[in-house]
Amino acid sequence: METLFIQRDAAQRAPGKSPHALVGVVASGNLEVLLERVLDGVRCEVHVKTPAAGFGEVWRAVIEDFIERHAPGGLRISINDCGARPDTVSLRLAQGVRLMTMEASE
Amino acid sequence: MSEWQSQRLARQARLEAGAILAVGGGKLVAAGDATALLEAVLRPGDRVCLEGDNQKQADFLAAALVKADRARLHDLHIVQSGVTLPEHLDLFAKGIATRLDFSYSGPQSGAIARALNSGKIQLGAIHTYLELFARYFIDLTPHAALIAAVSADRAGNLYTGPNTEDTPTIVEATAFKNGIVVAQVNQVVDRVPRVDIPGDRVDFVIAAPKPFFVEPLFTRDPAQITDTQILIAMLALKGIYAEYGVQRLNHGIGFGTAAIELLLPTFGEALGLKGKVATHWALNPHPTLIPAIESGWVQQIHCFGSEVGMDEYLRARPDIFFTGNDGSLRSNRAFCQTAGLYACDMFIGSTLQIDLAGNSSTVTPTRIPGFGGAPNMGSDAHGRRHASAAWLKAGREASDGPAAMTRGRKLVVQLLETFGEGMTPTFVEELASVEFAKKMRLEVVPVMIYGDDVTHVVTEEGIANLLLCRTPAEREQAIRGVAGFTAVGRARDRAQVAKLRARGIIRRPEDLGINPLDANRQLLAARSVKDLVQWSGGLYAPPGKFRNW
Repeated sequence: METLFIQRDAAQRAPGKSPHALVGVVASGNLEVLLERVLDGVRCEVHVKTPAAGFGEVWRAVIEDFIERHAPGGLRISINDCGARPDTVSLRLAQGVRLMTMEASE
Repeated sequence: MSEWQSQRLARQARLEAGAILAVGGGKLVAAGDATALLEAVLRPGDRVCLEGDNQKQADFLAAALVKADRARLHDLHIVQSGVTLPEHLDLFAKGIATRLDFSYSGPQSGAIARALNSGKIQLGAIHTYLELFARYFIDLTPHAALIAAVSADRAGNLYTGPNTEDTPTIVEATAFKNGIVVAQVNQVVDRVPRVDIPGDRVDFVIAAPKPFFVEPLFTRDPAQITDTQILIAMLALKGIYAEYGVQRLNHGIGFGTAAIELLLPTFGEALGLKGKVATHWALNPHPTLIPAIESGWVQQIHCFGSEVGMDEYLRARPDIFFTGNDGSLRSNRAFCQTAGLYACDMFIGSTLQIDLAGNSSTVTPTRIPGFGGAPNMGSDAHGRRHASAAWLKAGREASDGPAAMTRGRKLVVQLLETFGEGMTPTFVEELASVEFAKKMRLEVVPVMIYGDDVTHVVTEEGIANLLLCRTPAEREQAIRGVAGFTAVGRARDRAQVAKLRARGIIRRPEDLGINPLDANRQLLAARSVKDLVQWSGGLYAPPGKFRNW
């Protein structure tokens, strides 16, 4: 198990009011992403737990690209990876910020 | 005697040698005499088509030929589209055959590569289907065709059933050029349901102990379709089908196009595309198209072959499919390939590898699966002269010349997930087939679709419209710009890619207003094979390996 931590300033705060969202599943080739609106300003933190060692550079590229494209300021994002491919990670992250714009379900 | 009759005389001698084995002076030969018949009618060095189509296989005759005495039969030149059975390779291992011209190898792609490497096979060329069929009439005319049909009558009239496929083409080239035609059939009947091959083109008929083998090649289980494939399908539908108004098309084999088929009645319906796109098809009967057909999207489909389990469904939908007077599907690979080349405005399919110029290939370092028909569909037909809106729009996008003389363009769309099995990148600096060609000393690098025919590359990251690129450097950056997090994608010139996006050459999901939350299996019209059976009203009977309920 490898852990990674990446933090960046996004261009703006993540839109929406939802305090948190969960997307994806813990299943082989997939991942679970928890997004929480808990940080001040435009800071974005991403914590990754992955069983596949040696892909740090790709993870960094995927996450930096995500922060640049989707401006998820104020979000702490926790990724529980089960060997997902980069395209699946990107899709889940994009789904996650979109979910944060929806009305909270509780 | 004049020298002009030598082939006819040779044919007569072969027929007489075979007639000794025929029952009661007719065309029927006992299954146990199959090898003896082939030894009697074939000659060393003959060009032989041992019918191996994309799906239907003359497997009994293949096994009979493998048992032939090498002292009598050797150095045969095998000329057939599909080399897919182990027996086909056994012929070369035994030295009965030495030369090969083919199109597609599918499950034998590894064995063919090994046999080429060891020198057991002298390879002529790997062809596309239409190209090999064309050579049957010019310089690869078979001396003998060993074919497969469902049933025969005593006069040799053949009923091929729904998998007519290559048979009419093979028989035409052989029977009308002094060749010998031997058919294996599942049964001999008093009267065939319909005549697919007239009896006077068939010399010998053998009732095989088992029905010929048919491979279910075109069944994709909706349960295996991923969210990424659904996202790519949404991009293609909104960014290409809708933009160009593509009505006449061919879909390649694979989960990418299966996802598109299953999104027509849902996402396509929501976009208001019903009746405006995807109405006329050159296509095998894909089970995943059933929901779109049942929802009224499709007007007409012509088929290369059939698909296992689809027979009753096809029989019940003659308004959509081509059927005979007996009610069952009539397929024809040569005609359908021609239709795909000349009468379709788009080919869309998946590939395993694509390079920076857009050339694609399915060759890996150890496998040579051949081409099949994709290059015929996936190429611009320079002999085309009729217009359509989609064809003209594509042509105009590609041209800066005078509008009056601008010819249209076939849309050739490649679908790729940026990573394949085991995190293998699908975008590469150099295709594996380049190294393969060097190793095998092939004169031509095997390329499935050449980059200059490709008009769009679609991945989960977006659509690259290569028609709008004006220089090789722009094409390269457009391709890198949708290559995701592969090494090729990460090496993009970000400023150039941003410019291409501003010009609409690269379009992201957000540029097309696609909500990533919709890229979800709930969007599929059928989520399992069982759903497909239900859509078909119980007419689709999937083969056992797809029944998991």
